[in-house]
Amino acid sequence: MELTLKGQLPDNIVTTKVDDVLNWARASSLWYLLFGLACCGIELMQTGGPRSDWDRFGAVFRATPRQADLMIVAGTLTYKMALRTKILYEQMPEPKYVISMGSCANCGGLFQLAYSVVKGVDKIIPVDVYVPGCPPRPEALTQGLLKIQEKMMKEKFARRAAS
Amino acid sequence: MAIHNQEMLLNMGPQHPSTHGVIRFVVKSDGEVMSEAIPDVGYLHRSIEKIGEICDYNGFMPYTDRADYLSAMNANQGYAMVVEKLLKLEIPRRAEYLRVIAAEFNRIISHILALGALAMDVGAATPFVHALKEREKVNDLMEALCGQRLTYNYVRIGGVSYDMPPGFTERSLAFLDNFEPLMDEFDRLVGENKIFIERCANVGTISRQDAIAYNLVGPNLRASGVDFDLRRDMPYSVYPELKFQVQVGRGERGSVGDSYDRFIVRVREIMQSMKILRQCFAQIPEGEVLGDIPKTMKVPKGEAYVRTESSRGDMGYYLISDGTDHAFRLRIRTGSFTSMSIIPKISQGMMIADLITLIASLDVVAPEIDR
Amino acid sequence: MTFQEILKTLQDKLGADVVQPTTDLAGDPFATLPAEKLPEVLNFVKDDPRLQMDCLSNLTGVDAPPDHLDVVYHLFSYPLRHSFVLKVRIPKANPKVPTAEKIYPTANWQEREAYDLLGVVFDGHPDLRRIMLPEDWLGHPLRKDYKEEQEYRGITTTRPSLLYPEQ
Repeated sequence: MELTLKGQLPDNIVTTKVDDVLNWARASSLWYLLFGLACCGIELMQTGGPRSDWDRFGAVFRATPRQADLMIVAGTLTYKMALRTKILYEQMPEPKYVISMGSCANCGGLFQLAYSVVKGVDKIIPVDVYVPGCPPRPEALTQGLLKIQEKMMKEKFARRAAS
Repeated sequence: MAIHNQEMLLNMGPQHPSTHGVIRFVVKSDGEVMSEAIPDVGYLHRSIEKIGEICDYNGFMPYTDRADYLSAMNANQGYAMVVEKLLKLEIPRRAEYLRVIAAEFNRIISHILALGALAMDVGAATPFVHALKEREKVNDLMEALCGQRLTYNYVRIGGVSYDMPPGFTERSLAFLDNFEPLMDEFDRLVGENKIFIERCANVGTISRQDAIAYNLVGPNLRASGVDFDLRRDMPYSVYPELKFQVQVGRGERGSVGDSYDRFIVRVREIMQSMKILRQCFAQIPEGEVLGDIPKTMKVPKGEAYVRTESSRGDMGYYLISDGTDHAFRLRIRTGSFTSMSIIPKISQGMMIADLITLIASLDVVAPEIDR
Repeated sequence: MTFQEILKTLQDKLGADVVQPTTDLAGDPFATLPAEKLPEVLNFVKDDPRLQMDCLSNLTGVDAPPDHLDVVYHLFSYPLRHSFVLKVRIPKANPKVPTAEKIYPTANWQEREAYDLLGVVFDGHPDLRRIMLPEDWLGHPLRKDYKEEQEYRGITTTRPSLLYPEQ
């Protein structure tokens, strides 16, 4: 016996899985923490600016980690700042994601010879997407955001929350 | 009823919603009025001076971009000038004019971002977005000139790296024609707004003696009444052939040297930069853009100190060379470092909201402080 | 006034301690003096009506191997528009210089930076502590014989290369 509702519903009702709806809602309103440290911070502000606008993806900037679920590390990380970065990461509520923007955050960048620079932000916090460039163009950073959205759409959240 | 109060130590941490970068303040206050605000810097110390002793002279140019990323052409030019002084090189005239064109464009976009950030810190969110829109247009022009939007690496020791592409002059003059009425509108929208004047006038007044004793430079020094500009008084490059006026603060809405004066001096400097740009485009000669330079640069033994007028004041480069192909000691002396050192003195007795206005009007940028 | 005229004015007033050591280097000339005479010389150049150097433009520390440190003072005058360069040489075993903070208040932060990165100790400074590096950093990085540690509070300081893994 086939239990199905196909063909018996009018056209303005959609049936789907709980996971898909939750993931779609979460991915369409990613609020990111303003963590611009150096030159990549200026490009982050320009990307959120008028020409390549991030508000159309639902992403607005927040100043406090308690209200954010995406952290974009934009710029060079030094040892003095690294301890505070760990505290900020732990203050964000779950589920949280991290984008590492620019060469300095990926691997130390052109400051590999420096004595006071951490060679890559993934020595301290786990990173989901790496965006290369010095600084990356707004189009490159927007593609990084879209990859995070793709990653979020594949997560199985409802089963994990129920168990 | 007796009220018990004691002093609190508050922390305005390294991560905060403003565009000036990672700087931290420890504020001793008792309610809303502070007794002192102590800055704590060093969160962006990237050891550029030590790298200057490892890299050779040509390879160090990208690092000078990162020393002040909002007006990178001025920083590049200072470094090229100090090495050329020791090598005693002659630079082609067309290259000098191209350096001045790039430097004045950078001065315009650096000042307009500083004004937008000051308006946003005081509470108005829209002027910042207007500033970002204008920056995008100049970023397009810079990308046509040298290929990069923010950290250019355009100036070389002995000239510049690329010539102007065809159509650059027409596009730049069209941008300037379009920008002048927008700048007037910005001045009226923000500068004559009653709330902005109340927040900025008579806040953070720096007297003339303090400004010279604490070694403030650039628009901060001129707003306190000292009539000094390196482009007119100790001229370099082709500035002797260009006509412009030096803007000095006059205390129009408050006292001389308050935050409103620092705002209005920057607005007027943008207008003067537009005048300089039009003269440059009219007078630029034909010729080469890169002189004859040897492949490996052996700089003779000695030392030199060169100051150029960057957007945040005079940027001094001090170079000691020992005859090999990399420097022995390179020191960059910037305007934001000394601007931060005056804050413990001026902030005594201010309210916490006025501290934000003071920092934004001094126009500090974190990589210049920490290098 | 030119460099030679300013040097002659200083030598007339203060004797032969202020000297120009050599003239065969390219670039700007400079004058040296012993460390104890520094406050007297700085007071003189600030107050004398022929010199009027009211601005200390730059204060730099330099490592002069094998066992000396140099401190360089660039002075500038706003009314008369001339400049001068002074150098002080001190031994690394006992790097002490009297502070210039009471005469030029801008020297406060610049001396803290010279202490942090090079290890020069300024006598009489009100608040001599590290400014650029964390408080528990070991060593003075701008010296030529500085060696980097292997890790700082659990964070390793090197990153293996993906292209050349054996290095």
